[in-house]
Amino acid sequence: MHTKSLAELAEGLRNKDFSSEELTKSALNRISQYDSQLNSFISVAEEQALVQARHADAQITSGKLSSLTGIPIAQKDIFCTEGIRTSCASRMLDNFISPYDATVVEKFNAAGAIMVGKTNMDEFAMGSSNETSFYGAVKNPWDTERVPGGSSGGSAAAVAARLVPAATGTDTGGSIRQPAALCGITGIKPTYGRVSRYGMIAFASSLDQAGAMAPSAEDTAIMLNAMAGFDARDSTSIEKEVPDYTAVLNNDIKGLKIGIPKEYFGEGLDAEVAAKIEQAVDEYKKLGAEIIDISLPNSSLSVPVYYVVAPAECSSNLSRFDGVRFGYRCDDPKDLEDLYKRSRGEAFGPEVKRRIMIGTYALSAGYYDAYYLKAQKLRRLISEDFKQAFENVDVIMGPTAPSTAFKIGEKSDDPITMYLSDIYTIATNLAGLPGMSVPAGFSNGLPVGLQIIGSYFDEARLLNVAHQYQNVTDWHQQIPEGFK
Amino acid sequence: MSLETDDVKRIAHLARLAIDAEDIPGYARNLSNILDLVEQMSSVTTEEVRPMAHPMDAQQRLRPDEVTEIDQRDRFLRNAPQVEAGLFLVPRVIE
Repeated sequence: MHTKSLAELAEGLRNKDFSSEELTKSALNRISQYDSQLNSFISVAEEQALVQARHADAQITSGKLSSLTGIPIAQKDIFCTEGIRTSCASRMLDNFISPYDATVVEKFNAAGAIMVGKTNMDEFAMGSSNETSFYGAVKNPWDTERVPGGSSGGSAAAVAARLVPAATGTDTGGSIRQPAALCGITGIKPTYGRVSRYGMIAFASSLDQAGAMAPSAEDTAIMLNAMAGFDARDSTSIEKEVPDYTAVLNNDIKGLKIGIPKEYFGEGLDAEVAAKIEQAVDEYKKLGAEIIDISLPNSSLSVPVYYVVAPAECSSNLSRFDGVRFGYRCDDPKDLEDLYKRSRGEAFGPEVKRRIMIGTYALSAGYYDAYYLKAQKLRRLISEDFKQAFENVDVIMGPTAPSTAFKIGEKSDDPITMYLSDIYTIATNLAGLPGMSVPAGFSNGLPVGLQIIGSYFDEARLLNVAHQYQNVTDWHQQIPEGFK
Repeated sequence: MSLETDDVKRIAHLARLAIDAEDIPGYARNLSNILDLVEQMSSVTTEEVRPMAHPMDAQQRLRPDEVTEIDQRDRFLRNAPQVEAGLFLVPRVIE
């Protein structure tokens, strides 16, 4: 059952080939059989999942079903789930039981999906390797000595190993696309404001966006159908109709104009990764696409700009963790200041502390103009580069990450090297654009991801473009040895 | 941009973070490297550029001033480290 796509599983449930309870048990069994090798889950919600599955079976019997009714999925542990621990992979929230569901969780529940558990991630989504989790590193199923990418590394590893058919992720600087690339699955980060952030623990509010991770573009389209839409409880949610993302998957892409930014193929890009991306672009030529060379002249500034904007917003967002109302509290505080300082000092890991301190510094008196304001101005220049490019092209393509999965521990002592893992993904977050990563082959047995960037609210086209490629390739159907 | 031990101590205080003394030199080094990376921003002149706070330049949405939340005090207190009589407890702040 674990090799079937979401659409095939939905059809199997509809035809009563198997029940949701059987399907859910199969996912739970795979998690208990394989996850000790991967560490991709923080919490498994076996009991609740089986209750949901029996409810779904009743709905299926009565003929009331959507495309996700009875399908087991996993939620990144950044989404609040009522009654189930929501840790954000931090010691700070190790004991936190959310009193409410995130909108995304609510929507999957309403669609009849089964939540089998909460996936591991970098602490507060700050990281590109899933090594900063309080619950330990996640392993890449293609090579368990390597990282799965981050921050949605648990979701990516769980889907790649086919423990669950699909999972949610969040992407602030590449956290859906980069792990999708490193684990050989498909991931989509929608336009900023497309999916509600309500109940999604905030990291950098002007960049954070939720999305879907699954083996194929078709699967992620089904997931996004359930997730997207306006939510009055998220002040930056966009009031715009949601199309059926599966409707245009089969459209012909003859005449599609693909922009190739020269800045995404420069120094720092692994030669084999570059070769795989060129092969993927050739495949698009065969499908009738037109390739156009473009330039995004300010893209080299995206990493520096991001490491002002994201830490500044993180330092502000994470000030809510004060050891008073919820979360970790230190023992025997001698006064209120000691309570704040030690609770935060003991419960946040080193990467979270680094970002809080950079953000605090950038926002402190006398430095605001030089850092945050300057970064916001450059953010506009980066975003205008894309606007100009989209006047001449329909989508932009390039590598998702500069290399394949690296070894656990290889970059964990050097924040700057780690930050450069997101060099090709960060600009789309700064601009608020939708982006995808699609499996595009292997280099020394490790997956390579093709990034596809679209204009605002052009998710349907991205999914169409990805699906057409997946019709003529089978990279997205490869399952790592040992998890077949 | 190079941060010294005292700078790190000052920033950690502003951020209300207790940092072990032995870890401060490591943070000073890492934070200085990050600020060096950020320094690349100064290579571009931006006097004429309008800062961008929101990708769609959206305005803050307004809503009618109506009561929409119900009282769930006990529920929200359940996650608190220390409570008494429906209140969050903290160390004494007024002598």
